[in-house]
Order: sequence, then C-alpha cells, then structure tokens
Amino acid sequence: MTEIIEFTASDVRPERDAVFENQGIPPGAAVSSQIARLYGQASAILARTVAPAGILSEISKSDFATVYRGEGRNEENTPVGDIFDRADRLALFTITVGAETGAEIARRFEANDFALACMLDSAASVAAETIADLVEQRYRESLAEDDWQADNAGVLRYSPGYCGWHISGQKKLFEFLQPERIGVTLRESYLMEPLKSVSGVIVAGPRELHNFPITYGFCKHCDTRSCRQRLRALFAK
Amino acid sequence: MDLLAELAKGVIDGNDQKVARVTQQVIEQGTSPKSILDDGLIAGMNVVGERFRVHDIFLPDVLMAARAMYAGMDLLKPLLIKEGIPSLGKVVIGSVQGDLHDIGKNLVGIMLKGAGFEVIDLGNDVPPETMVQTAQEQDATVIGMSALLTTTMPVMGEVVDLIDRKGLKGQLKTIVGGAPVTADFARKIGADAHGFDAANAVDQVKKLLNVK
Repeated sequence: MTEIIEFTASDVRPERDAVFENQGIPPGAAVSSQIARLYGQASAILARTVAPAGILSEISKSDFATVYRGEGRNEENTPVGDIFDRADRLALFTITVGAETGAEIARRFEANDFALACMLDSAASVAAETIADLVEQRYRESLAEDDWQADNAGVLRYSPGYCGWHISGQKKLFEFLQPERIGVTLRESYLMEPLKSVSGVIVAGPRELHNFPITYGFCKHCDTRSCRQRLRALFAK
Repeated sequence: MDLLAELAKGVIDGNDQKVARVTQQVIEQGTSPKSILDDGLIAGMNVVGERFRVHDIFLPDVLMAARAMYAGMDLLKPLLIKEGIPSLGKVVIGSVQGDLHDIGKNLVGIMLKGAGFEVIDLGNDVPPETMVQTAQEQDATVIGMSALLTTTMPVMGEVVDLIDRKGLKGQLKTIVGGAPVTADFARKIGADAHGFDAANAVDQVKKLLNVK
C-alpha cells in the first residue's frame, strides 16, 4: 500500500540549535543579535514557503533487491546490502520541503543576501530531516497497527548516495515509488528536484541488525561518521 | 579614523549600507579604485577571514561581511574595469556531478571574491565536461571542486583526468574540498591542491597562482 502524507509548516519548524549546528555554530554558543535576527527571518520565510509532503510504500525483499541493485554501481559490500535480507519489513519513502523554499534560497543568493540564504538553506535541510523523521515515525505506527513486534525493535532509514549505496539507485527507487505524485522528480544525475528532498528505504527488524561496523571500504573516506550518531540515537531509545 | 579604515570597519561589521555610502565618498574624493579595493574592502575581508579562521566569529558573520563588501564592489567594479585593473585570477567553482551540497562551495566562492579573485560559480551537480569547458571558454586558470558525499568524490578524479586528456594539465589547476575530501585523496587523483576549509582554500588558490 502506498500512502501520501501531508504535513503542516508547524510540524516541521526547525529547532534553532539544529539550524545553527548546520551553520557550524556549536549548540548553546552565544551569537550576535544579527545572527539571532537572521534565524528569525529564515524561520519566517520557511514557514511561508514550505510545502512538506511524504510518500511511503512497503516493498517486498525481492522487489527491494531489484531496487537496491539499481544500475549495478553499488560498492561490493554495504550496510543496506548486508542487512535488508534479514529485515522483518521494508518500505521505500521520499519526502520534500517543496519547491518554493528552494526558489527563495536561490533568489536570496542572487540578491547577494548570502547570510539569510545560507540560514534558510540550513533551516530547510533541518526541516527535510524532520519530515523524514515523521515519515519514519508514521511507518513505525503502521507496523504497530499490524501488530508487528520484534525483540528490541529497530527502525532506521538509509538513502542512496550514502554508505556505498550508489546514488544511481534512485532510478529504480523512483520507478517503484513514483514520488512525482508529491512533486519530486529525478535529474539525469539522479539528484532530486526540489533539492531539499530525501529518499531511501526504511528497514525494520531487530535493533542489532543496524549495528554495523565502520570497516567498509568507503568508511575510510568518510569524516562525518553520521552513521554513528544515528546508531547512538537508535540504541538510546 | 580615515575613510578607508572606516570602509574596512563597515565590511567587518557587515554593514552594507555604510560600506556603500563610504565607498561612494572615497570615490568622489578621488581615491584610486585599486586603493579602495585593497586598503578598504579586501582589508576588511582579510580581518573577517582571519577571525573566522580562529573561530572568533561564525559563518553568518562572514556572509554578512561579504554582502557588505559586495555593496562596495558594485560601485567600484565599473571603475576597476575602466582602469583596466585585473583581478587576481579567474576561478571556476562547483559542486561535482551528483552532489547538491553547496554551502561550503558558496563560502569558498564568496571568500575568493573577497580576496580579489573573479569567480564563476556553476552551482551544484556540475558535470566534468561543463567544468572544464567553462574554464576554457572563460580563460580561467583554476577549477575548484566540492563534494560532500563519498559516492561523488570520484567525479573530482574524472575532472582531473579530463584536464589531462585535453592537454591542459599545468595551465589549468585544480583544487578540491568538502567534508570527506582529504589531502591524501587530492594527491591520489592528481589534484593540484586541497582546501581543508574556505579560508585555507583561498590560501591554496593564491599559492597555485603565485599571488602574495
């Protein structure tokens, strides 16, 4: 079953610390009144322009194997490739903040209003992750409605372009999910329009399933280690 | 405080209205455009760059200073062109094909302009051919590439290879940067330089072009 979910601007209002962190400002740091004002302006513009939506569809393991194989450009071993066959349930998703926020960011850059453009860009990125969180939460709820239970259950999302899943995997994902229904299209380079969109697979199963080591070949090029933050958050639940 | 120092302070404070007003004043006083640029606008941006480097200020402060500098540059540019004063060099920048992350790349572009370079920003998701072709058409001497994804980093190598295949190695330099990009990776793909942050990228471009 495919579900299209619409959200309101207030559902995705970005937290100040998260936006600042995106700008390289540590949480709780003292900032000038100018920066505080920029955050207020960016939040107001985002609230006016955001059109948050998501699409979610369960997928069988065999269908996902086809989606994941994509154009055959993935790394040989990846976390998603290693775990999806052991998952209990899988769902594809795409979310977007909508086109207008991106257009507004571009207009601000064009007008040399760099600081506001960047603050709005960061706010929109945080909003996109919030929408993805909400869709993941919606999937958790639907699993609960189906009486799905796992010992120490863990539900986590993974996206093409990260952790060895080549971005060209978007092509098959789009063929299966058809996120055009919420206004998201794919460029030839496999990036999404609007840019502030997120897609991927939500993997549900025992929590330990997601506890992969950072010894994959591509890990040595990765300084962000954002997977560790995600795992810490998952295991803190 | 003399007017050029006042101008620099306006940039440091991110006060675009003040910078526009003082730039107009010094132009009317007959101060040379080169001096207004070097001793006012760029002097101010240099202070901002240094403060950012030592974490005394944050990214939005730099961007507000850049906007202020551009307010002065808008008035100054016609005079610089009229007097035939060249920029420090022309740099083509972009986030590589498949990568949409561009905050870091934008900051590099802004700081390069602030240092006196001419910057052609191709945006994000830029194919290798477009980068090299634009550099050739625009007579640029440096291509700056940014990537935030480990899966898009190899595209940087494709650009370096394309430059090589076109016989442009040596005359068209490359600098790479972005969160997962290391100096070791830059060496491996044959890039000429690696910028570990925006301020360092400006220093590296200066080195590549022998600018003091």
